[in-house]
Amino acid sequence: MKWFNHAKIETNLILMGVLTLITVSIGGLAQIVPLFTVATTIERVEGVRPYTPLELAGRNIYIREGCYVCHSQMVRPFRDELERYGHFSLAAESMYDHPFQWGSKRSGPDLARVGGRYSDDWQAAHLRSPRAVVPESIMPPYAFLDRPLAYADIADHLRAQRAIGVPYTDEMIANARADLEAQARPEADASGFQGRYARARQAAFDGDPARVTEMDALVAYLQMLGTLVQFRDVTPEQLRQQ
Amino acid sequence: MSATGYAAGLAAPATGTPSAVRVDAYVEAPIRAFAIATVFWGVVGFLMGVLIASQLAWPLLNLDLEWTTFGRLRPVHTSAVIFAFGGNALFCTSLYVVQRTCRARLFGGEPMGWFLFWGYQFVIVAAALGYVLGVTQGKEYAEPEWYVDLWLTVVWVHYLVAFGGTILRREEPHIYVANWFYLAFIVTVAMLHIGNNLALPITLGHSKSYGLASGVQDAMIQWWYGHNAVGFFLTAGFLGMMYYFIPKQAERPVYSYRLSIVHFWSLIFLYIWAGPHHLHYTALPDWAQTLGMVFSIMLWMPSWGGMINGVMTLSGAWDKLRTNPSLRFSVTAVGFYGMSTFEGPVMSIKAVNALSHYTDWTIGHVHSGAMGWVGFVTFGAMYWLFPRLWNKKGVWSEKLISWHFWIATLGIVLYITAMWVSGILQGLMWRAYDENGFLQYSFIETVAAMHPYYVIRTLGGVLYLSGALIMVYNLWMTVTRGEQAEAVAASAPGAAVPAAAE
Repeated sequence: MKWFNHAKIETNLILMGVLTLITVSIGGLAQIVPLFTVATTIERVEGVRPYTPLELAGRNIYIREGCYVCHSQMVRPFRDELERYGHFSLAAESMYDHPFQWGSKRSGPDLARVGGRYSDDWQAAHLRSPRAVVPESIMPPYAFLDRPLAYADIADHLRAQRAIGVPYTDEMIANARADLEAQARPEADASGFQGRYARARQAAFDGDPARVTEMDALVAYLQMLGTLVQFRDVTPEQLRQQ
Repeated sequence: MSATGYAAGLAAPATGTPSAVRVDAYVEAPIRAFAIATVFWGVVGFLMGVLIASQLAWPLLNLDLEWTTFGRLRPVHTSAVIFAFGGNALFCTSLYVVQRTCRARLFGGEPMGWFLFWGYQFVIVAAALGYVLGVTQGKEYAEPEWYVDLWLTVVWVHYLVAFGGTILRREEPHIYVANWFYLAFIVTVAMLHIGNNLALPITLGHSKSYGLASGVQDAMIQWWYGHNAVGFFLTAGFLGMMYYFIPKQAERPVYSYRLSIVHFWSLIFLYIWAGPHHLHYTALPDWAQTLGMVFSIMLWMPSWGGMINGVMTLSGAWDKLRTNPSLRFSVTAVGFYGMSTFEGPVMSIKAVNALSHYTDWTIGHVHSGAMGWVGFVTFGAMYWLFPRLWNKKGVWSEKLISWHFWIATLGIVLYITAMWVSGILQGLMWRAYDENGFLQYSFIETVAAMHPYYVIRTLGGVLYLSGALIMVYNLWMTVTRGEQAEAVAASAPGAAVPAAAE
């Protein structure tokens, strides 16, 4: 290889730096850019909507507590996972997730379809004291979540999410606080709320309708996971990715 | 601060009799601080590891407090070992090596060194405090929130300027191979850090932000970042360390100059593609998964190229393994590197990954790399550096280095074998069917089956930590009681230049 002498590169810092940057850029560009440009990356299924304000607050608690370090939210297309957790997860189901919470480790079970699996009471009791409900559990207790939820700034959260592409409407942002409170109180009139967030459930998630707690928010979030897409209506063609 | 740093750096080193002044001209005080920080954060990180490993074995140790749950402390452990222990080791060694292999004073001088030191320690403390208080982005190994990310970017740009600036002032015509790896590490980590942390704060007064990407794209960007945090932070940077300290310890030139070139360019090109193997069988499109798998398998070759170059540098000096315990650390590190860079491609094969993913096998794999490769190569470098940085004749006790080596090795063996067994066992239990065609085990039964292995793993961690405490004692005694060396000999400029190898 007379035409090439590595000495040219290794005696020139700028040349070496630029060639390095080019070399390390190629793989990332090739793998990331098409995910934004190829339309079939996200399956064409119905039902996925932005999180309600209470669910979003609950999701932020899920992130704050690092639930993702032990729980995945990504069911793989295997027979045992289908039977244990349900239909394999779709990209569409996390399309509004900033950040994604697919996880990488199952010290505890997958949660992608935990919504509706257990009662609200079970979820709250299990979070407060996991071993009171499941003796062999190694999960930390989260009894401290029975404290008031700080949600004065919830409209700011929706506004920030809209700025990065989540389709929250003006109406959703204007009603963010009211919607959050309405969802945590089963008796509240929430016709507007139900219209804004399809299939959202109102309940005293922590068992106490009088106050809105972090427990309310987290349980509301867990109880909607994996429930938005109605798989009986989904066709194979809709699920096809490039 | 940085402005004066640059000014000080631009000023010519004090003149006098050339050789003597040259030695004095190297910036050393901030590097001593980085060396101390490496050891300090190492102990903190290993201790956090032992704590969270214990929590998995005995969940009562979560203490019923929100600040001490596994979920909040696990990022403290990972950040402490990767970014605090590993990061300080990289700053320490890269700034030491670049000055000597270039025969040039650090660009920006002492002020630059101190800015990098305190700036980086601030990143670590701010990030860790955030985790404990629940401030996190919720992306593995990229947990710090936007304000810490911004500050790290400022520090990192200074790092690049200091490192590159020193190379530009070099007196050696060639840039030594260790510096290629350090440079690739600095440049690529900058790219990854910025790419993965693009986020919009809720308001400027709010600690929380939302990342720009979501769902599947966010997953791909995260593991592009996450895998290359391994590839460039924990591999390329530490290969830089290998390329300086093993030749120095063995008193032999690097085995093959040509292999250095081939494995450098192929390693940095291939590594970037490997990210999707963290997302096998997920909602990431198949084409991306396949690319990730194919490139991960190809990555085996340059990885072993590096291993061969490191180990074969001992040609003709194998006897030193018997007499030089710090070299034993460095060479065993390369052995672990070879082992985990073989295991990695195996685990990236989709059929294998279907079993291993989501289990402890991954945790064991990471720890054979982190404890075996990153930890050991750092220990080897620290045992070499401390006497030189403090101008001592040698490490206080060679015998204690040996004790450290064997205790830590035993700890790693316990750790990774426990995780192999628990990972494969749990993976098999998840997919086991009984004779009637039903799933044989409930999830919680597979958790209960992990307990003995989690206890063994904790014991492995305790041993590894104990070894590190022996090192702390030994290095402390080296600095405070070690025999003084003659001034000049201790910091003579480096001579392990690749040209000498041919």
